[in-house]
Amino acid sequence: MTGGLLANSDTLLGLALAVPAIASLLIPLFGRQPNLRETVTLVSAAILFALVVMLTGQVLAGDIPGLPPMQILAGLEIRFEIEPLGMLFALVASTLWILNSIYSIGYMRGNDEPRQTPFYVCFAVAIFATMGVAFSANLFTLFLFYELLTISTYPLVTHKANDEAKASGRIYLVLLLATSMLLLLPAIIWTGVIAGTLDFAPGGILAGKVTPALMGVLLFLYIYGIGKAALIPVHFWLPAAMVAPTPVSALLHAVAVVKAGVFTVVKVVVYVFGVDTLASAGTGDWLAWAAGATVIIASIVALRQDNLKKRLAFSTVSQLSYVVLATAILTPISVIGAAMHIAAHAVSKITLFFAAGSVYTAAHITEVSRMAGVGRRMPWTMGAFAIGALSMIGVPPTAGFLGKWFMLSGAMESQQWMPVMVIIASTVLNAAYFLPIVYVAFFKAPPEPEPGHEAHGEAPWPIVLALTITAIGTIMLFFFPQVPLALAEMMMASGIDQAIPVEPAVPAETIVPAEQQGEGSTQ
Amino acid sequence: MIAQHVPILAVMVPMFGALLATLVRRGDVAWAIGLATTLATAALAVLLLQRVLIEGVVSYAIGGWAPPVGIEYRVDLANALVVLIVSAISALIMPYARTSVNAEIASDQHAWFYTMYLLCMSGLNGIALTGDAFNAFVFLEISSLSTYVMIALGQSRRSLLSAYQYLIMGTIGATFYVIGAGLLFTVTGSLNFVDVAERIATSPYDRAVLTSIAFITVGIGLKVALFPLHVWLPNAYAKAPSVATALLAATATKVAVYLLVRLYFSVYGIEMVFVRQPVVEVLLVLSVAAMFFASFVAVFEINTKRLLAYSSVAQVGYMTLGISLASVTGLTGTLVHLANHAMMKGAAFLALGAVAYRIGSVNIDRMQGIGRVMPITMGCFVVAGLSLIGVPGTVGFVSKYYLVLGAFEKGWWWLAFLIVASSLIAVFYVGRVVEAAWFAKPDVEMAQVKDPPLSMLVPMIVLTAACVFFGLDASLTAGIAGQAAAALFGGVQ
Repeated sequence: MTGGLLANSDTLLGLALAVPAIASLLIPLFGRQPNLRETVTLVSAAILFALVVMLTGQVLAGDIPGLPPMQILAGLEIRFEIEPLGMLFALVASTLWILNSIYSIGYMRGNDEPRQTPFYVCFAVAIFATMGVAFSANLFTLFLFYELLTISTYPLVTHKANDEAKASGRIYLVLLLATSMLLLLPAIIWTGVIAGTLDFAPGGILAGKVTPALMGVLLFLYIYGIGKAALIPVHFWLPAAMVAPTPVSALLHAVAVVKAGVFTVVKVVVYVFGVDTLASAGTGDWLAWAAGATVIIASIVALRQDNLKKRLAFSTVSQLSYVVLATAILTPISVIGAAMHIAAHAVSKITLFFAAGSVYTAAHITEVSRMAGVGRRMPWTMGAFAIGALSMIGVPPTAGFLGKWFMLSGAMESQQWMPVMVIIASTVLNAAYFLPIVYVAFFKAPPEPEPGHEAHGEAPWPIVLALTITAIGTIMLFFFPQVPLALAEMMMASGIDQAIPVEPAVPAETIVPAEQQGEGSTQ
Repeated sequence: MIAQHVPILAVMVPMFGALLATLVRRGDVAWAIGLATTLATAALAVLLLQRVLIEGVVSYAIGGWAPPVGIEYRVDLANALVVLIVSAISALIMPYARTSVNAEIASDQHAWFYTMYLLCMSGLNGIALTGDAFNAFVFLEISSLSTYVMIALGQSRRSLLSAYQYLIMGTIGATFYVIGAGLLFTVTGSLNFVDVAERIATSPYDRAVLTSIAFITVGIGLKVALFPLHVWLPNAYAKAPSVATALLAATATKVAVYLLVRLYFSVYGIEMVFVRQPVVEVLLVLSVAAMFFASFVAVFEINTKRLLAYSSVAQVGYMTLGISLASVTGLTGTLVHLANHAMMKGAAFLALGAVAYRIGSVNIDRMQGIGRVMPITMGCFVVAGLSLIGVPGTVGFVSKYYLVLGAFEKGWWWLAFLIVASSLIAVFYVGRVVEAAWFAKPDVEMAQVKDPPLSMLVPMIVLTAACVFFGLDASLTAGIAGQAAAALFGGVQ
């Protein structure tokens, strides 16, 4: 790699962070000219996407873009460096920001929402925070942007500013801040005290420095400290946040917030603990059970929700725990599955939320029980919804199949039967709460329109455009998974490559007993 | 020539400024004198810090009388930092003061107010700079007496009562301090800190020394507003004029904490304080109690000034907690929090001062929808509030980081959790103000309100920006605090 090219990719990284930050400063200047204001959002989203695509090319070519550290005080620095998983997350988030922006414009104008300028400002800040999370090179930087993401999305969640929004905002803010401050922050500082560093490193930084028991404690602090990953019982904020306008729900569920959560979980397991270290310690086994329980319980709860967005919210809780479960299987192939599922879930769930918002905008329907016949009037919307639903269930040819495939492979390879059972059972449950919606929307006759209400058609075109693109994306990802897959594989490969030069004999030996342990504990 | 006399000038400039301000009697002239004086003192404080950074400890013999007979001003990084905090905050508040004082205080009393403001500043700088136990008492009284007057100048009749309450409590505290200092003098025959420290080490009268530790802890504890000696503080802060509240909240308790640190570490020594006396246990329990109790009370306060006052009691708990950790990391946390808390509380109280200036009240139920009409003011309040919570990227996080780190270093992981848990309570009291400010529609009267004039906005914004800047680059504040803490530890061993 030449010096010139390196400098180039570093600059790209700096720009990728700067673009959403600058956008958040420019948007308020055009508060009175909505068209210009939205142009700023769209142009920034497009530039960011272009930058991230270029960066992806460089990362796939083996480059490691980074920025010089900014020291806050001895032992704490803000530092950015791109590793493959972060690149994948940034790629997903920046792609969906464009679509979400198009959709937002249609939705916010279509519903005559007030205070749109602060809305777009907070949105841009949230994207800035997301990029910061994705590109962070150490735990502190990640924590800083994780918290910024919480704070910048609070005004979005409470956008309606009524009593319901106030109550939900309280749950949202308190739960996310409480988990991160109470558990995650001590875990980070504790890690720093033990490991002497907070930098992410392939193979982990805790290897050989902690007892298995303490490793279990730290893992507990991390997993429940990362409230954004919404493992039961720290998932309450997610259904509560449903009062937000739909573009915000999409931001929370697909683009940024929950993805930042599971991303952090994967990152902590891979780059702080180390997959092999954690597997050989044996004190992380509970994680698979906790995640498995969340998958099943959340699916059952989703089954009972009549409010469409609430049903989607519990579906997210369940799907996020797939990622955690896949990570907790602790085999390289399942961790690849976790990374793939982050991308697959993002694109499918955003489709579902876009569709739900579209139905609300056009027909003001929020309940599943009132959706009879909606599909006949809004074929594009409900067609996209059906594709998203199939992806959630994991039916090929949709993206959701990929993640499940890798997860199952990993679980079977290491002969861990509990995750296999969970995945099969939840697939059935997913089908049970998604397919009736599709059926009712297409095959049941719509009720007679009430007098005074006009029969509705499709939602405004930006909404339909956005959800059509994401639905196509859901299918395209199945046929062309090369880029995310390459990044996910790079992530796992880097862990092994890096571990060998340090202690040549160790990795080969530690992997084998780890698998044997896995057999022993599950059979 | 002048450079040599910087330590005494940092005390004398505001003192003579105060004299001038009384003589002129005219409010606006007194303000101009105050502005010039505070700016000059702030410049002196910067010079002093620079000199200490380059030369190390600066010793200044007053009137040329060599210590320990004469009074010595002894400046190291710890007090240079404190003097800079006091002087810089005083200078920053001055431009703000004019508008606010015009609105809140009767015009014939303006000159008095500025006189007391400068006297208070002079007293606080004196406490910070002096290396003499009795001289510290004199300045303690100067700052306290001027504070009583400032509080009494508040708008409501309750201001007088609050000032009187503080007067009684403050006098008791000062008396305890004098008894402690007297005991030290009896045992050692000296009042100079360095001299006393040397003599204590060889003194056979342990019991008297240990007793004096108790008296001084309680005496200064009252000034610090250490739980449960804090009862004067909420009333005093709530009833004082807005400018006085901002000044006191940002500086007065910090200087008292500094004095406690100085006496513990440089005079008595770690052995006496932390091994022979149960200061660790006492301070630890009281600090944790303050962090939780005061924060809880703050959650239910209607008056936002009182709310922040209780928050101050809790924040003082973090400072004393750092002392009780008895480690360099913990003490660094204490010292850096002196600076950090000055910034965040200064910014928050200035924001409330602006609210009081515009709507004449700081009650939470009168502030419905104010965030939409005073976005800059309430924005500053929110950033200061995030800092109180300790969100990363703000100064509050830096302080909390050192305290949690100090707790882990000792293996007290439970304390680490108590620290983060208590700081979370701040989410609730800051959140209440945020909800009132943004979740209600401004009524007809409120819709007319807008952000205050630039003279009030700029100091507020500067302090708010400092909360973020020093949260992202703490090399100056935490760097100095760390060196100062190491020196305080090294000086004794």
